[in-house]
Amino acid sequence: MKLHNRRVAALAALVLSAGLSLSACGGDDGGSGSDNSSGGGDSASGTYVFLPKNLGNPYFDTSDNAGKAAVEAFGGTYQEVGPDQASPDAQVPFINTAAQQGASALVVSANDPEAICDALNEARDADVKVVTFDSDTNADCRDLFINQATAEGIAKVQVDMIAEQIGDEGDIAILSAAANATNQNAWIDLMKEDLAANHPNITLVDTVYGDDDDQKSFDQTAALLQANPDLKGIISPTTVGIAAAARYLSTSDAKGKVALTGLGTPNQMREYVEDGTVTEFALWNPADLGTLAAYAAKALVDGDVTDGSGSFEAGDLGEFTAEDGVVLLGEPFKFNADNIGDFDF
Amino acid sequence: MSTDLLVQPSATSPTRRVLGGLLRSREIAVFTVLVALILVTTVKNDGFLFSSTGFRDLLLTPCLLLILATGQTVVIITRNVDLSVGSTLGLSAYLTGRLFVDHPGLPIPVVFLAGMAFGAVLGLVNGVLVAWGKVPALVITLGTLYIYRGAFLTWAGSDRINASDLPRGFSRLGTQQLLGVPVLTIIALVVLAVVGYFLWTARAGRELYAIGSDPDAATLYGLRVSRRVLLAFVVSGALAGLAGVVYAARYGTVSSGAGYGIELQAVGAAVIGGVAIFGGSGTVWGAAIGAFLLVTINRALPILGISDFWQQAVVGALILAAVALDRLLTLRQERKLVEANDR
Repeated sequence: MKLHNRRVAALAALVLSAGLSLSACGGDDGGSGSDNSSGGGDSASGTYVFLPKNLGNPYFDTSDNAGKAAVEAFGGTYQEVGPDQASPDAQVPFINTAAQQGASALVVSANDPEAICDALNEARDADVKVVTFDSDTNADCRDLFINQATAEGIAKVQVDMIAEQIGDEGDIAILSAAANATNQNAWIDLMKEDLAANHPNITLVDTVYGDDDDQKSFDQTAALLQANPDLKGIISPTTVGIAAAARYLSTSDAKGKVALTGLGTPNQMREYVEDGTVTEFALWNPADLGTLAAYAAKALVDGDVTDGSGSFEAGDLGEFTAEDGVVLLGEPFKFNADNIGDFDF
Repeated sequence: MSTDLLVQPSATSPTRRVLGGLLRSREIAVFTVLVALILVTTVKNDGFLFSSTGFRDLLLTPCLLLILATGQTVVIITRNVDLSVGSTLGLSAYLTGRLFVDHPGLPIPVVFLAGMAFGAVLGLVNGVLVAWGKVPALVITLGTLYIYRGAFLTWAGSDRINASDLPRGFSRLGTQQLLGVPVLTIIALVVLAVVGYFLWTARAGRELYAIGSDPDAATLYGLRVSRRVLLAFVVSGALAGLAGVVYAARYGTVSSGAGYGIELQAVGAAVIGGVAIFGGSGTVWGAAIGAFLLVTINRALPILGISDFWQQAVVGALILAAVALDRLLTLRQERKLVEANDR
């Protein structure tokens, strides 16, 4: 029992220290912001509150820092608040506080489409504009959703990348997540249509499923290469799959002969882009997402976008149009050896 | 009259006895299936055996399960089972990654020892609960399976260890070869040889078989049953810990799902290799061949053109076939013993 207690104590210590480091992060970025006046009638200098799913998450650190730069560029006051854990209702108190402090706009990535709805609508009644990004809430609890990419865009960018990397001809295969994953299957169907219509010389020989499990995806990649010696490329539209496939490829004969692309995150793929296993992969750019969310919030505050439609200027990103309460960021972003060093998420 | 022994020495010549034993042995049967599978797959695609990556993967892929199945066999022989090995593997794999992240420059052997020691402690918890709690191991280790996995989720959260977090020397270990044989396979084979030798010759090892055949008799005979069962669980935990380090080296990525569900494969490998689930019989050699077969089947079926969805069914059929074979052999032996008695 003594040993058991020691283990528990060690675990508790770990959890505590993790909590401390997380809250330290929060203290740096968030501040209390309690002395912030509501800003009066000056529309250009309102307070823009960013509320990520949780603090200390490198993905949201990237998008919120870009949001901060954008808010400061157009003269607003930037604030970041958020919970330590991405649990469904953890964001509610932060939304309430932002409403009470009279923030001009709230930029949220929702942990749950339902749980924060009431709080958001109360904030909107208090004349706070609500923008969601990355993860949407129900459409009736926000003013605008910044959509990172459409299914068509995601499918097309992956087909385009593989076509470019294998010279638009040869056998390819897909390494997916679970066989019943809805979004994966929708993308795969769109990719098949795109291949049939625009790339007649590329043959999709097999689709295998790694269940978003590192080990299974890894072993499936090995089997795929064994079973199809003429394979020219692999598309893996899942972050777990592409990292596992890259790990296998980087240590096999097929390195450099079989192209690999798909959806991945820079931190997982850095090693394999640097050693030449992977040329290019895609995902949306969270920095652009943060920038666009900031400008969209400003457009709502300024009245350029009303009732979910209208167009606005988003700094360096150019002009965007909101339709039915949604603004589309655009094509997924491609990561390669030239730019992967700029990202940490 | 006085020369009548309770058990008569066998009248057949030693050579024929050894040969007959070999022919009847389960290990040889499973090994034959394995060789046949490799041959058929190689005929279909010669890269399976003859390309350098193919040969390496053939030896490398099974080593994780081989280590786990070895540990599992030690436990099953004592008429227990350890279902927590998948969670132990995951925790130890994540510990490995964290050690490299938090203490860069830590020597690799130290990390291997840390993983094994950590696994041994988790195994000790199982052993204490089973040996002195007098609760079936199935229930205890099912409980610790969830507890360990829960602790892992709390510890790791959505964090993951990426390949770029691990030192080059360590991730290279995942594919490094010595005279054409992967280092990880050598580690697995050394573990197998040590445990196999221990079970075969050491007194404590033989006692494990005695305990598994009849726990009550073993207690009456004066064997220290609790202590031996504890030892079996510590060995299983330590080997699961080692497998965790091997996992990190091989796959380079550790998330909180690492090792999920692999405990059943370890039990399956042992059963296919002729380890009786009710304890008392079977060898780690058999379990090792079973692990090799299980992994190789999964790799060979796609090459033979059998779809993903059927592969699990094939594995299930294999387990059922192994159990049916066991039952058949037991019945035959019983009949023979009865006949010998009647005569």
